[in-house]
Parts: sequence; structure tokens; C-alpha cells
Amino acid sequence: MTTPVVDEAVGAMDMGSDERVRRRDRSAVLRMTEVEAAELAITPRNPITGEVADERMILNMGPAHPSTHGVLRLLLEMEGETVLRSKPIIGYLHTGMEKTGENLTFLQGPTNVTRMDYASPLFSELVFSLATEQLLGIEVPTRATWIRMLMCELNRVSSHLLFQATNGMDLGAVSMMIYGWREREEVLRFFEKVTGLRMNHNYIRPGGVAADLPDGWQDDIRHLLEIIPPRLDEYEILLNNQPIFRARLQGVGVLEPAEALALSVTGPILRATGYDWDLRRDEPYLAYDQVDFDVVVGTCGDSFDRYAVRLEEIRQSLHIVEQILDLMPDGDYRTQDKKVTPPPRARIDESMEALIHHFKIFTEGFHVPEGEVYAAVESPRGELGCYIVSDGGPKPYRMHIRGPSFANLQTLPHLMHGRLIADAVAVISSVDPIMGEVDR
Amino acid sequence: MSDTEATVEEAAPVPASTSCGQSVLHPGRDAYLGTVESLRNEGYCSAIDLTVVDYLTHPGRTDLPEGIEPERFEVVVGLIDHARRTRIRLRVQVPADDPTVPSLFDLFPGTEAMEREAFDLFGVSFEGHPDHSRILLPEDWVGHPLRKDEGIGAIPVQFKAASERR
Amino acid sequence: MARVPILGDVSGVVDEGLEGLDHNFVTARIEDLVKWSRARSCWPATFGLACCAIEMMATGAAHFDLARYGMEVFRASPRQADLMIVAGRVSQKMAPVLRQIYDQMMEPKWVISMGVCASSGGMFNNYAIVQGVDQIVPVDVYAPGCPPGPETLMHAILTLHDQILTGELTRRRDRTGGGAGIDLAQMPPREQPAPEPTDAP
Repeated sequence: MTTPVVDEAVGAMDMGSDERVRRRDRSAVLRMTEVEAAELAITPRNPITGEVADERMILNMGPAHPSTHGVLRLLLEMEGETVLRSKPIIGYLHTGMEKTGENLTFLQGPTNVTRMDYASPLFSELVFSLATEQLLGIEVPTRATWIRMLMCELNRVSSHLLFQATNGMDLGAVSMMIYGWREREEVLRFFEKVTGLRMNHNYIRPGGVAADLPDGWQDDIRHLLEIIPPRLDEYEILLNNQPIFRARLQGVGVLEPAEALALSVTGPILRATGYDWDLRRDEPYLAYDQVDFDVVVGTCGDSFDRYAVRLEEIRQSLHIVEQILDLMPDGDYRTQDKKVTPPPRARIDESMEALIHHFKIFTEGFHVPEGEVYAAVESPRGELGCYIVSDGGPKPYRMHIRGPSFANLQTLPHLMHGRLIADAVAVISSVDPIMGEVDR
Repeated sequence: MSDTEATVEEAAPVPASTSCGQSVLHPGRDAYLGTVESLRNEGYCSAIDLTVVDYLTHPGRTDLPEGIEPERFEVVVGLIDHARRTRIRLRVQVPADDPTVPSLFDLFPGTEAMEREAFDLFGVSFEGHPDHSRILLPEDWVGHPLRKDEGIGAIPVQFKAASERR
Repeated sequence: MARVPILGDVSGVVDEGLEGLDHNFVTARIEDLVKWSRARSCWPATFGLACCAIEMMATGAAHFDLARYGMEVFRASPRQADLMIVAGRVSQKMAPVLRQIYDQMMEPKWVISMGVCASSGGMFNNYAIVQGVDQIVPVDVYAPGCPPGPETLMHAILTLHDQILTGELTRRRDRTGGGAGIDLAQMPPREQPAPEPTDAP
């Protein structure tokens, strides 16, 4: 069953929309090496006619600019203050995580992938665990599934609050930075209570989660559900009708659905264009088919829509959390398969078999059958995928993470084309890249 | 066999398999572009992922269908069809002595950055790519780190304070 | 009730003449004043790279509040900054940029290496990450953690301030010719007053 917007966008794909993408591509994306850019900086020339154009210059923005979006570098070809072509240059945070992943066991894998998207680490752990469990062919208990869903939706809330904070600060609403962090601290306090860490939790592991929810978690969740929604209303009052905020975001960086699909864009950016696709509803994983939530879709595809979609998604995530509060089942928080799950620490003193299992799991690691699988979840930035190839050993033979921001960054030249440089800041912040998962 | 595979098979038989319940096609290098184009015409509207796997030290692949010669590199492409909510994966074998495949940029512009990453980390070239250069590593880097014959590059760890603590 | 002097009404002001010099002036050595001002208005440069940058921003936000130390103004321009908090993993591509930013800072400048990736390469002992920023810039305080929580970062900052005030930092830098290299775990404990001896049987 498809929606009209989906059909139209897919239909537009055949009617030469990629010709339109290609035309914009030629005029928007700056494809030149650093050497050429340096030469042009000395004698700028019109790229088509070749004559000297002294209004045109190549400006370098980054990689060390105010630390909201990490280490992204942009080469901007500008005529006066208008950005003509641009080129995002990434790689300043390349950590070799995919190579590191080949040297860590499947149990250690989440510690590695969690540091890719550091604003929403639980999603990376989740997708890695889902892929591993598909290869292992094991079932995760329902309580573990629901705990994962609860933690992931809270992580979506904290990640979108981070977006609200940094987006506001980039546009000049510096107080938004303070407000966004205020709520985020409440969510992080809950995470610290459950997982032990504020960030990079290593909580969702193949087989379930690392520990059960502590007693009294329902009260903490109720506290969060009480304090966050009124403050979201405060942000709307503060920002939505503020004329400067609207002028800086409305009509800035417009993206069309067909273009977004051609550029492999997913997540709030795709939904803000009006395209109705959310993996939680369309390819349900965990227990998303048992909870009721709306998929938030924008209308124009500009930066204001991207901001509004993410703000409303916080509300929808809190609605899901509220339902999980009532529906959380009892049971185990991790699978009882002894080959995969370490035994409880107390049993190690009593049983030789438990000691051997503990030893084998933590030194050598559990063996995963040969095969390859791709698992995907809907992270706050888009479709986060994990492709694992296993050769039957305890470590992944190849682990590849499909980072949504990596594909979303390709829209930057198209969104910034023809706009002022101040809009470039608004556009980057509305795309909300996290460079950890871009560069891996 | 799904409709997709049947239609693709009618044009030119592309070997197919399944892996953990996900359908996988194994076109040859020559049939690669044509297969992707016909999949796109059927409704696979977005290229989700493009990556490369280096099978140099793999003990032996058992999941390839008959008639496919395993080569050192494999280009893995993931496509998605939103209307029918299906995904499909393509695995193209690429030999080590001629690591080149056609680029998908004209069909799916979103694969531009993914192909650059594949070139950067594995050394697989993509013909027809508009900007064939390194993306993650510095431009003057030598080597392709994710290949299996390149080590991880770890340095020995020194615990300088260990002797003092005793 | 205390009398609040109305402007122009000087009847309540005590004129002690030259004897008032004792408590109406502050005297100190220039050196101490300089150290005090350096410690109390230490502006950080934004060098947030990865996950530690998020915790650094959290430290600057309202809950943990760096503004009470005068440090909430993260200067984007290194020319205006005193302190570089290297927050996050430094990749090979980023290393020359790091050095360039450090060179652009004006003396006196301090460096806090925040997190294990900046201090030693962290969990990423591989081809892509510089194994410790002290290979590139001289580091004064190492703050361990992955990521270090805001409390740890503030401990590092306060250690830096203490060491600036006592002059220990400058002494160490002169001795090593580079950074002070203070490891939070190895700091000698502050001198506590000896506990009162109790007459317990």
C-alpha cells in the first residue's frame, strides 16, 4: 500500500528527474582538487567562459569551526556573498572503525560501533546486534526487545534535543543551546541510571541488553514524560513565530523528494520533503508494529520543515515511550543461549561449565556461522544499516556500517547552491550530520 | 522466486540466492549496469548502500550460486523499493588484477560518496565516476587500508608507569 | 537596621586618614596577580572533534556550567583563546590542522587533552588515529575517560587553574620544554589539616 506522494516521486524518477538532478549537480557540486582550487584562488576565472572573474573566489570553511557539527570542511566557490558551487571534504575524523571491527569479537563489536554516531549511540549498537543475531539465528526475549525499544526512543529524544540546541545556536538563538541541554541532561541521567554511562553506553549487545532496568524506572520515565512536553511547547512559542528564525529557515535549502531519493537521503530530511517513509512503520523491527505512533512528514522540504519534523518527532517518541511504560513485558533481558550470553557472575563460582563459557566468550568470543546479512534501523538521522560478513569465526570478517549522514551530506552542495553564505550555516545545521558516522 | 528476480531473469538470467531471508543477485561485471538499470525501472528507487568486501583471507565462500567464479573483491550494492517495501542486494565479483567496475553515478547519484569511499579503502575503481579521488584518507595516502593484506597499523603499547607502581 | 547612605550624604563614612591604608588596599606581587588573572579568565578554543565534544558542550551548558569559571565563551578564533581542549580522536588528516590551530594561539596557552583518544589513542590503536595528541602539541593536563563526564573535565580544568595559580605549571613547562603533562590520577593529594587527636580508649 503506497501513498500518493510515494507514487508520484517514484514516477518522477522515470520522467527525467535525474536529468534535473544532473543539471543541478553540474552547477552545484564543485569537483576540483585542492591544487586547482588553490590556483583559482589566485586568479579566479569563470569556469565556462574562462575570463578572469574577480568577484569569484574559493573560500575554505572548516574543518575547525565552532564545534557543533564536528570536523566538516567545505570548499565554497563564491561570487560576492552568493555560494555557487561547493564541495564537502570529509575524512577528518576517519577512525578506521571498520578495520578495528574486524579485530574485535562480536561481543566487543558494540563498543566500537557505538562511537560512530555519538549523538545516538544506542542505534548503532542496536543495528550491529540485530545483524549479529540474524546471522546467529537466535531469538531475543520480548522483554529485551521492549527495553531496546525504550532506550532507542529515548535516545531519539536526546539526539533531536541536541539538534534543537545546535540548530538554535547556529542561527543565533544561543539560549536554545542552554535549553536543549537542560532536557538532554534529564534523559542522560536516566541513561546513566540504566546503563552506567551518559554516552557510548555499550548496553545493547548481541543476545539482548547488558542489564535489566533498575527498580523505579517507571517513576523516572513518568518524570521525563511530565517535564519534557511542556518545554517543547516553550520552544515552539520561542522559535516558531519568531520572524528572524522563520526568515532564516523558511525557503532555505529546499529539497525535492525525487532529488532526495536519487541522492540516497533518508530520515527526517527525506520526510521533510513530503515523502512518507519511516522504517519503524514500513519495515518494522523490534516491536514497533505493536505501538501506535505517527510518522511526521513535512511539506516544502526546506530547513524550517526539517526543524519542525524533528521537533514533532520528539513528541512522537515520547508517545511511544508512554505506551512502552504500560506494555513492558516481564521476562529475561537477554537470551538464555549459553553459547552467546555470558553466565551470571554468581554461577561462575559454582559451576565449572559456567566458568568455561565465561572464559570462552570473553577471550575468544562466540562463533557466528558463515554468511552475510544487512540489517537496518531508523536512527534520528536516517536509515542506519549494518552489513556483516562472517566467516564462521569469532570476529566479523567484514563489518560495514551504512551511516545515514554519509549519504545525507551529499545534499549539501545542492541545498547551498545560489544562496548566501549565512544560509550555508543554516543548511548544514538543518542536515544535522554527525561526523563520527560520516567518516567512521 | 519473487517477481523481481523473474523479470530480471527474463532479460538475462542473473543468478540469485537468499541470505538470512534477504534476496541477493549475483550479476557478472558486464551485466552489472544493465541489472541495476532494470531494477531501477521496476521501482527500486534508491540505492541505500554500496561497499566492497575483500575475500583474500576468507576460508572459502559457500553461499555463491552455481556458475559464479569467486574473485578477491566483491562490490555489494543494496537497493530498496519503497512502493513494494522490498530490498535487494547485488554482489558483483571483481578480480584483483583488474579491480574496476562501472560506476552507478548516472543511475543513482547518491552512490558518488560511497564509491569514492570504496576506492579509498579498497582500491576498486569505478569507471565513469565524476570525481575519482580519496574521500576519507588524506589525498597523499599510500595504500588501501581495508584490504586484508594491509595490517591494522597498531603500535606496541608502552606502560611507562608500570615499573614505578610496583 | 543598617543605614544606607544617600548619595551625597557622607556622614556615615569613616575617615581614618592614613591609618585606613591597611584595609582599603590590596597588595600582592605582580606575579600572583598575573597568575590569578590567567587562571580566572581562561578562554577555551573550540576544538571539539568527536564524542568528547558533546560532553564538553554539556559541561558548558547550564547543568554543569563552565560560566562560573569565566570559561563559557568558547572562542572560534584561536587568536583569542588561551586554552585548547582537544576533545576527541585526532585522525591523521586532522593532525596538521591541530598543529596549525595550536600555533595560532597566543602565549600563554594551555592544552587539556580530553578523553583517552586524545591522551593516548584510546581504543583505536590503528592506522588512522594519532596515538596521543602529545605527539603533536605539548599537553598540560590529561583527562581520562571515554568520554570523560563533565565532572572529570571540570576536575581537569580546576587542576589546570590550581597549577597555574601555584606556578607549578610554568615550572613544569620550563623543565620539560613542552607541556606540563599532569595526569589527573597522579596528582599529589592536597594537604589536609591533621585530624584532631581524640582520646579514645
